[in-house]
Amino acid sequence: MYDTTRSEADVSQQDIKISARNVQVYYGDKHAIKDVNVEILDKTVTAFIGPSGCGKSTFLRCINRMNDTIDIARIEGEIRLDGEDVYDRRVDPVQLRAKVGMVFQKPNPFPKSIYDNVAYGPRIHGLARNKADLDGIVEKALRGAALWNEVKDRLQEPGTGLSGGQQQRLCIARAVATAPEVLLMDEPCSALDPIATGQVEELIDQLREQFSVVIVTHSMQQAARVSQKTAFFHLGNLVEYGDTNDIFTKPRDSRTEAYISGRIG
Amino acid sequence: MPMSWALLVTLLLAGAGYLVGRSRAFSSAGADIRLMHSRPTYHGASVALLTVAPALVVLLLAAVLRMSGLLAADTAATGIAVLIAAVIGLGYGISRINAAFQARNAVERMVLTFLILCSMIAIATTAGIVLSLIFETGSFFQKYSWHEFFFGTEWTPRFDGNSQLGMLPLLWGTLYISFIALLVAVPIGLMAAIYLSEYASPRVRSIAKPLVELLAGIPTIVYGLFALITVGPLLRDAIAQPLGLGNSASSVLTAGLVMGIMLIPFVSSLSDDIINAVPQSLRDGALGLGSTPSEIVRQVVMPAALPGIVGAVLLAASRAIGETMIVVLGAGAAATMSLNPLEAMTTITVKIVSQLTGDNDFSSPETLVAFALGLTLFVITLGLNIVALIIVRKYREQYE
Repeated sequence: MYDTTRSEADVSQQDIKISARNVQVYYGDKHAIKDVNVEILDKTVTAFIGPSGCGKSTFLRCINRMNDTIDIARIEGEIRLDGEDVYDRRVDPVQLRAKVGMVFQKPNPFPKSIYDNVAYGPRIHGLARNKADLDGIVEKALRGAALWNEVKDRLQEPGTGLSGGQQQRLCIARAVATAPEVLLMDEPCSALDPIATGQVEELIDQLREQFSVVIVTHSMQQAARVSQKTAFFHLGNLVEYGDTNDIFTKPRDSRTEAYISGRIG
Repeated sequence: MPMSWALLVTLLLAGAGYLVGRSRAFSSAGADIRLMHSRPTYHGASVALLTVAPALVVLLLAAVLRMSGLLAADTAATGIAVLIAAVIGLGYGISRINAAFQARNAVERMVLTFLILCSMIAIATTAGIVLSLIFETGSFFQKYSWHEFFFGTEWTPRFDGNSQLGMLPLLWGTLYISFIALLVAVPIGLMAAIYLSEYASPRVRSIAKPLVELLAGIPTIVYGLFALITVGPLLRDAIAQPLGLGNSASSVLTAGLVMGIMLIPFVSSLSDDIINAVPQSLRDGALGLGSTPSEIVRQVVMPAALPGIVGAVLLAASRAIGETMIVVLGAGAAATMSLNPLEAMTTITVKIVSQLTGDNDFSSPETLVAFALGLTLFVITLGLNIVALIIVRKYREQYE
């Protein structure tokens, strides 16, 4: 299911999608992210791991400027998406977030029908020319999220009526339908049971053929299963970043080794 | 012996019962206090409650008997009866105490009974009010034909008899004024709530929200004064006279506008709470898909908050329908039926007040009509609330 040997060869040839330089994040007086430098590749799954409060989610939310909504958050340094600084004054966070989609820890379908949930992004961004076009986008996104067969006969039923795992796949379909270039996933499986987790992981593996996926996870097994690149965060520092295989088999930093062997975190 | 003394002694007995019960519980426990089922304070409390409860029952019974005329107003005898009941309860309570007695469960049962009684009072009172309305309305319809009341378009009560008591002009005035009030209050209140909950910075919000809620506490008579001395003359001079629509300072528009202003804080405060109850995760989800703040409000927050907002609007409507003071001072007391919003009209509530003030003869239809009007008002607001409930439930099924 997760062919990590295949991936290593592909990854080295991928272009850099996101590059972060000297990123600092402060929450009020708290220095939450300390001088993070990282390059995230296109068409690759990158996992952020680390103990709770290490800053991995905070850093993820910097990439699509979700931290803008938090008044006390202050961000320094630069994050470039395809060479353009996302914190540049000319960048509209609304457009940025259309390119950098996000899936959250808790499934959060809108109080609308399944169809309208998936059609939400295409509608607000004008991606469909007509109804048939929109139908096509919705079907493709739902198929992409491995949800089509389960919901095709009840597209007009509320999205909130689905099971937890289905809801999370609906949220992924909703993000995919917007045709993002990067998909950020903040612990997407933490509210799911093992079977639903397996389905979502399989889905993530397919999604990287289309775009870059960055996933924050508490589960090291999950990071090892789905990602090709792994970044280990600890106390706001990016301790180690490299090929997933290397991180889990021959970590360079003693803190990484302590974390993956279960001694800290 | 005055009743207050009897009650005081009962309370003293209860206090003594508590102490005695507790100490008896301690002594009955023997060496190992953990062998007891309940803690000693529960034993004490059970004795105290058993002292007070029978005394109160006797007191209540005496009151009922006195009201129905079966008992003369003999307070001394009642006081003694109360005391006897208290002493019997006290004795029974103390006799029950031993280590195995489940005092905690007994106390909790008694407290539960008390709570149920309290909630029954609200329901029973409402039922009583409705019943009295129905009886008085019944005697009104024996003296005045019901179809003339419901379908009559003429309201000219005369205390020498021969009155025209048609309800339609009053109903029309009520609905017209309420409609204008809601037309003012709902859009403004809703927009204010959207600004406060979705756009305002925490600092603005922390100042503006309490301020708006403060406005909701202004007595309606003050709004009425505002209608009488400011809004009414202003509308007359600025609109009514230049357009030749009337000469009256009191008008439907005046009352409606001022009532709408009164309802703005009510609507905005309720809607704000409802909008805030929409989970932040939904907003984050929409934000993460590249929505603008206004798209989030229109497409995610509003649909989720709609059932609650409909409820808030209907609550505001029942307040508008029941409002009296602003109408008296703003719209006048003339029972007319007209489409002209600058004409003086009046409402059901105003007429209820005017029919019941002054010397009343509770057998004449001119007085009894107030109860028929009251019942009509009650049925209208009840219907409104039922509709609100149905709408809320329907949307909830769709969204959750």
